[in-house]
Amino acid sequence: MTWVLANLEQIWELTVAHILLSIAPILLGFVLAVPIGWFAHRFRVSRGVVLTVCGLLYTIPSLALIVAMPTILGTKILDPLNLIVTLTLYAIALMVRTATDAFDAVSKDVIQSSTAVGFGAWRRFWQVELPLAGPVLLAGLRVVSTSTVSLVTLGALVGMSGLGYLFTNGYQRNFPTEILTGIVGTVLIAVVFDVLLVLIGRMLLPWARVDEAARRGAGSARVKAVAA
Amino acid sequence: MITFDGVSKRFPDGTLAVDNFSITIPSRTTTVFVGSSGSGKTTLLRMINRMVDPTGGAIRIDDEDVSTLEPVALRRRVGYVMQNSGLLPHRTVVDNVATVPLLTGVPKREAREAALQLMDTVGLDRALAERYPSQLSGGQQQRVGVARGLANDPNILLMDEPFGAVDPLVRSELQQELLRIQKELAKTIVFVTHDIDEAFLLGDQVVILSTGGRIAQVGTPEEILAHPADEFVDNFIGAERGRRALSIKNVHGKDVVVDGTGRLAGILRVPSGESSRTV
Repeated sequence: MTWVLANLEQIWELTVAHILLSIAPILLGFVLAVPIGWFAHRFRVSRGVVLTVCGLLYTIPSLALIVAMPTILGTKILDPLNLIVTLTLYAIALMVRTATDAFDAVSKDVIQSSTAVGFGAWRRFWQVELPLAGPVLLAGLRVVSTSTVSLVTLGALVGMSGLGYLFTNGYQRNFPTEILTGIVGTVLIAVVFDVLLVLIGRMLLPWARVDEAARRGAGSARVKAVAA
Repeated sequence: MITFDGVSKRFPDGTLAVDNFSITIPSRTTTVFVGSSGSGKTTLLRMINRMVDPTGGAIRIDDEDVSTLEPVALRRRVGYVMQNSGLLPHRTVVDNVATVPLLTGVPKREAREAALQLMDTVGLDRALAERYPSQLSGGQQQRVGVARGLANDPNILLMDEPFGAVDPLVRSELQQELLRIQKELAKTIVFVTHDIDEAFLLGDQVVILSTGGRIAQVGTPEEILAHPADEFVDNFIGAERGRRALSIKNVHGKDVVVDGTGRLAGILRVPSGESSRTV
């Protein structure tokens, strides 16, 4: 504890760096995976290919990918971009399947009836398909968020900042307190991210909770509503 | 007026859903397409707002060939109500009703005000306005569906088995409500059902379809009942089984009406003003 208090400033700096390194892959991964997932959902032919590629992508060892990035991207070895691009790829690999499932899960009846009342394809996507895929997308995003926050620690192995530094440094100095601090810090970031995502979800998808409650308590809710 | 002129539909898998179908649907009345599954009735309905495009023939709305109209714009001016309501689960009741006006750019406040009035029209309590569809009963959802179909004040209302999934009591309530609304608004309604009783109740013109969109008979319910065109129609309307042949039986001084199968159909009530039972 004395060590933590004595190094609070450094720990905080590493935490901020960790957060910054996590946010970009999470957001980029989400934004890129959603259209790919929609594509895989919409066009059957592309589905097999897309999902297989994503599955394979995830099997590439992460450390190998980070190390190979400078050669692929032409970046400097210490460029944070290497880590960000790698983690974005993993985020996409994780998220595409969920995104595909999310769009698959949107009721065909609702899509058809929205077409029938005059939604064009573009508006139907933004105003019907995307919001209705929301709950499943959110579930996927939460997994991606947690996984990315933990993967950022790998950056320390290739000289990147972040709480992973406490692992490598603590290991070299044979100092468990430092390692433990890194673990607790990483978990805390992951939890805070997760709570934030859930809150954002509640704000953006207020109907989802109502829907679920109605499904769970179908019997009693319906009886009360039968007045018509 | 909606005209089907030699309309055919062959689906990509080769099934011929509709074969050379022609009919005129008069304005401001209700026409019911009735048939069992596979009769092509839903396909016919969906061709009117171009959810399905025919592979032969033409459909005209007031002499305008629908194939020349832009589908999205066409759908916004034709009301559509489907089974299981097809409401947007992520929008409140009032926003669901206002869907089409919002799509066509009516300001939000105005669209919602109009939607609240429509809720009155279809007999929905305004207190339900801010609920989500999943919080409503099946009957209430169907009413929201009807209100949404009416929201842009369309001349044409297409109804695809709208009351098929609700229980009989609620269904009969909704049917009466539709009759009342139609009396008030006089839309051109095209209604699809597999229930012949519903067809006879709601239809000014009833179109009985057999497989492949073949017209077995067209007429008013009275005409069809009085002169079924063939055995198929006979069968379909239940005349053959005796369901339509009613007779009177006197039970303890009360006249009871029974059908040919012996099923109790009701009690005979002498219209007021007539004293004797000269039936």
